[in-house]
Amino acid sequence: MSQLLTRAPASGGLPAPVPTGPVRLHINGETQTLQLAPWTSLLDALREYAHLTGTKKGCDHGQCGACTVLVNGRRINSCLTLAVMHEDDDITTIEGLGTPDNLSPLQQAFVDHDAFQCGYCTPGQICSAQGLLNEGRAHSEAEIKELMSGNLCRCGAYVGILDAVSEVANSQGEMVK
Amino acid sequence: MYPFTYSRATDVADAVRDKAGHDGSAYVGGGTNLIDLMKMNVEQPAHLVNVAKLPLAKIEDLPNGGLRLGATATNSDTAWNEQVKARYPLLNQAILAGASPQLRNAATNGGNLMQRTRCYYFYDLATPCNKREPGSGCSAIGGFNRIHAILGASEACIATHPSDMCVALAALAPTVRVSGPQGERSIAFEDFHRLPGDHPEFDNTLAEGELITSLDLPEKGFAKHFAYLKLRDRHSYAFALVSVAVGLEMDGDTITDARLALGGVAHKPWRDHSAEALLKGQHATAETFGRVAAHVVANAVGQGSNDFKIELARRAIVRALKQAAEGKQEAGDVYLGGQ
Ligand SMILES: Cc1cc2nc3c(=O)[nH]c(=O)nc-3n(C[C@H](O)[C@H](O)[C@H](O)COP(=O)(O)OP(=O)(O)OC[C@H]3O[C@@H](n4cnc5c(N)ncnc54)[C@H](O)[C@@H]3O)c2cc1C
Ligand code: SF4
Ligand code: FES
Ligand code: FES
Repeated sequence: MSQLLTRAPASGGLPAPVPTGPVRLHINGETQTLQLAPWTSLLDALREYAHLTGTKKGCDHGQCGACTVLVNGRRINSCLTLAVMHEDDDITTIEGLGTPDNLSPLQQAFVDHDAFQCGYCTPGQICSAQGLLNEGRAHSEAEIKELMSGNLCRCGAYVGILDAVSEVANSQGEMVK
Repeated sequence: MYPFTYSRATDVADAVRDKAGHDGSAYVGGGTNLIDLMKMNVEQPAHLVNVAKLPLAKIEDLPNGGLRLGATATNSDTAWNEQVKARYPLLNQAILAGASPQLRNAATNGGNLMQRTRCYYFYDLATPCNKREPGSGCSAIGGFNRIHAILGASEACIATHPSDMCVALAALAPTVRVSGPQGERSIAFEDFHRLPGDHPEFDNTLAEGELITSLDLPEKGFAKHFAYLKLRDRHSYAFALVSVAVGLEMDGDTITDARLALGGVAHKPWRDHSAEALLKGQHATAETFGRVAAHVVANAVGQGSNDFKIELARRAIVRALKQAAEGKQEAGDVYLGGQ
């Protein structure tokens, strides 16, 4: 049996800091080569190295959804994955969904429905909602609620968030009602 | 985090070789459990071997009528696979009851089996924990143990295995195919996870360096009469306090075959063969269900803050058996509470 707790060998200690290396990421349609250490999370790479600060760090442990981004169109928590694990993946952040002059349908719906208060969870909510629309598996409000449950809102703007996501899902013909 | 080296494996042999070549290294799948533990310095591998992009993501028919779930298929892709939905709806519902859509999109089937306990003390380096530091003691015994085990625990550890998917798997009884430095082998799902005994540092029976390559489900999927019932502190995105997976085969009102497994109650997904035997040949009545449920928890032991789990489990078993017999739960795109 293997001892599952994996630790660096006691004798050698931790390896000497590994120099950063080039990591090629496709972010919002642009290819960027960033100098990153293996232990840099995708979230930190986006915020600190690609300077895209729209994606937020809430818990850093997969528990809140503030860091949600789309990787090859699918929503994941960028805090629990390493940037090096996404070489050559297509990453979309809130900045890639729309611009202030040209909001995406979800971004517009969040504004229209007052779907935030402080706004900290909002980029994650919108990226998650975009992932939900891409998946095409929410066909009722109850299903939207369940499939948006990976995004917490400390301000409790859930009613507005549900209205915003429902409106766009409806307009895209995803709802059964 | 802390410094470590990294590589991406190109095939199974390369992954096994790379891991064997680095002392204190670990495989990483979706990273949703391992990276969390590394941030807490609970796990500190010196080298990571990324297996997420190995060609092990397929879900395909087996010649014996079963279904092979690739180890690197994501939990989402597995739950939503048409074959899984049609033939193993219990698995579809159990996976969708776990974690969040984002986490399920990243999490792999292999990683799900290997995820570690959520015991608070296991995560807290400032407290003794036999699973983390063998011989240091168990802080949960006599401490806060609301989420801890009521069955099969030991004096060394009362942790639970947190997976939902694995509870359905315990009922469906696949084999776990692994590949390691000594070659390939298959492990019956039931023998994969273990009880803590004197060695809670071992969650399972995987040998050093072995890589899970697939889960091979047998043909029998209990698609007509099944239930996954998960009870937790909030309605979604929370680990189970108690969960129940049931698969029945029925001839009219008579139960001809039965599977029953519990989550949130033990160090491993808790399948109870004797309860299954008690169900076989019986009529699906409240009386039968009550008797079987009482049997399952007859030897349960509370630790203080988790005493409520004994009665909760008893009632959850009755409800899940009833739901399965009625055959109302269906595979779906969402888990809405097994109502
Ligand atoms: C906030 C939160 C809530 C959650 N809620 C739930 C829940 O309600 N229900 C539930 O069931 N789960 C829940 N989870 C856990 C989640 O399901 C697991 O983290 C996930 O399944 C792990 O898969 P992974 O691929 O990300 O594993 P990783 O983190 O990549 O790896 C986990 C372990 O598996 C090993 N490993 C990975 N792949 C292989 C392989 N092929 N062969 C051998 N070893 C391998 C790694 O070395 C590591 O030790 C939750 C997680 C979080 C963070
Ligand atoms: S229950 Fe197990 S994991 Fe938790 S403190 Fe005790 S030994 Fe550690
Ligand atoms: S910051 Fe990633 S889930 Fe909270
Ligand atoms: S708007 Fe403040 S956390 Fe959601």
